[in-house]
Amino acid sequence: MTLAPPPMPPAGAPRSLIDKLFDSHSIVTLEDGQALLWIDRHFVHEGSHHAFARLAATNTAVSRPHLTFGVADHYVPTRGRGCPIADAGIARMVAQLEQNTARHNILLFGLDDPRQGIVHVVGPEQGLTLPGLTIVCGDSHTSTHGAFGALAFGIGASEVAHVLTTQTLWQQRPRRLLVRVDGPLGMGIGAKDIALTIIARLGADGGVGHAIEYAGSTITALSMEGRMTLCNLSIECGARCGMVAPDETTFAYLRGRPFAPDAFDAAVADWRRLPSDPGCVHDRAISLDATEIAPIVTWGVTPEQALPIMARLPDPEAADPAARAQMRAALDYMALRPGQALTDIAIDRVFIGSCTNARIEDLRAAAAVLSGRRSVVPGMVSPGSSLVKQQAEQEGLDRVFIEAGLEWVASGCSMCVGMNGDLLAPGERAASTTNRNFKGRQGPGSRTHLMSPAMVAAAAVTGHLTDVRPLLAGRG
Amino acid sequence: MRPFTRLDAVACALPIVAVDTDQIIPARFMQRPRSEGYAPVLFHDLRTDPAFPLNLRPDAKILVARRNFGSGSSREAAVYALVDYGITCVVAPSFGDIFAANSVNNGLLPAKVTEAEAGALLAVLADGRLMLVVDLATQTIAAGNLRVDFTIDPAWRTKLLNGWDDLDLTRSHSAAIEAFALADARARPWLQPNPRGRSF
Ligand code: SF4
Repeated sequence: MTLAPPPMPPAGAPRSLIDKLFDSHSIVTLEDGQALLWIDRHFVHEGSHHAFARLAATNTAVSRPHLTFGVADHYVPTRGRGCPIADAGIARMVAQLEQNTARHNILLFGLDDPRQGIVHVVGPEQGLTLPGLTIVCGDSHTSTHGAFGALAFGIGASEVAHVLTTQTLWQQRPRRLLVRVDGPLGMGIGAKDIALTIIARLGADGGVGHAIEYAGSTITALSMEGRMTLCNLSIECGARCGMVAPDETTFAYLRGRPFAPDAFDAAVADWRRLPSDPGCVHDRAISLDATEIAPIVTWGVTPEQALPIMARLPDPEAADPAARAQMRAALDYMALRPGQALTDIAIDRVFIGSCTNARIEDLRAAAAVLSGRRSVVPGMVSPGSSLVKQQAEQEGLDRVFIEAGLEWVASGCSMCVGMNGDLLAPGERAASTTNRNFKGRQGPGSRTHLMSPAMVAAAAVTGHLTDVRPLLAGRG
Repeated sequence: MRPFTRLDAVACALPIVAVDTDQIIPARFMQRPRSEGYAPVLFHDLRTDPAFPLNLRPDAKILVARRNFGSGSSREAAVYALVDYGITCVVAPSFGDIFAANSVNNGLLPAKVTEAEAGALLAVLADGRLMLVVDLATQTIAAGNLRVDFTIDPAWRTKLLNGWDDLDLTRSHSAAIEAFALADARARPWLQPNPRGRSF
């Protein structure tokens, strides 16, 4: 048996946002369902060196250099910016990106560029990310850009080389998963809590082969920052991408951005045709009631191992036998006891950063909790981009973090993946705004609890996992 | 790329859920140029445990795992590590999408079976049987008397069977690509990025 591709909607039938994006970029479709897609925007970073090496080996040119953009983020130092990079290997990674982009005439937001930042923050911030586009990057959290109503997904090095060479990519049409969230969110609850709740419900592989469309009143009420956090985490339930239909919030965010279209109104007229048609079919659908979403944290080693902060840790003995071994291994690795209250888990360090939760709104949410308080554990705050850093400093948020005892550093992937040397020590436990609690993700032997920026701030001031809501009482 | 047709090889049981790409290759090794080979860093932090299954079956060419193998990052280095080590087939109930695509682009077969079938194969391997026969033409896995069907995207199957590289196929459509680019630039003139960007 082979896996049948999902059916194409018949001509004239109502179509989903996903199908509209897929159809409008299909150059040819083969009998087996594979389509050759045109790629509108391509981002590369230091980790794209394998793809450039492939081009060099075959002496191949980049076919459309003006559609690829380079961003230095994965390896960049967050301290001592402006000084030479001490670690030779890291310096080589940053220099290699500079050489490769220069050689192929690709615009680079490099280490010293005032627009530098994490690729998934920089693209939208610069207006390079737009509704109706196909966007790819050799990084799985490319799903972030779907917040604008784009078909955006992460690819591997072979595919990066293919896009550089042809500006196209072979893809199978994804299945369509509609996730509806309706109702008002409680105080102190944000997009990260929605996303982790969805992942816990679907499972870390529940979305494999699917594109998620997020809809409902809770989603349309989210800011672009919130929508980006939500779409960013789509990959953590295995979905290829996530997206939100573009609306007035989207257009208002984009108007006037440096790379936004000059003919903005004509573009908006096009973008208004993107939302799913009434009556279109999704392959699957789930719905959530926003009033039931609580602040949520992960306790294990996959993002699906997440529970509301008021809960206690599960007991493997009470779990079904298939899940027991996995649960026991996760508790062992995390050095936690079955039945322990989540709020009894003491932490050693906090990290606020990453493409998931380091945009201006995230920093404001953390600062609202930290203001006038001290963190009882060390930690660092790395803004999503150098422009976010600048804006935060204009708003005085840097003072809040510094006065709370946290380190305010430059922008990059930093402790999300630790490639630049920002790591947890073996055995250290962090409350982190990042996206992956995998074993060793933040350094060998590291233990990561994922949560929202407000919840990380709450953990910082109490020294253990904490419900942020009482800490917000009486604060705007 | 070498075609994948049939593999008759030693298999290693990895009865773990969600073997993510950070386990397959920790991020700190990704500066390595491919020419240095990735085999030494495969499962680097897991292999420090002498009881890690691959340490007991170092000659394995097939892995059998639980669901969500290769979840996580898009790093193709995870596939380089497997392939450079000699593993050209992973059997599991589900795979990370990007990992599976990367696998096919490097001639590694991601063979999808049901949870129950993965359990049966793991049980056979736990009994001490070492060899599996994976046949892509018939989409079957045989372990002694046990026969299991596996699934794979039809396009990926064709690609693996023939050892095709996407670029050759794409080049055969270059006229269509050029025509699309021209028509699209006319239909959506707004999408061409302003080359300098404006001040913000
Ligand atoms: S912050 Fe983390 S998830 Fe985001 S691009 Fe960087 S490494 Fe990837």
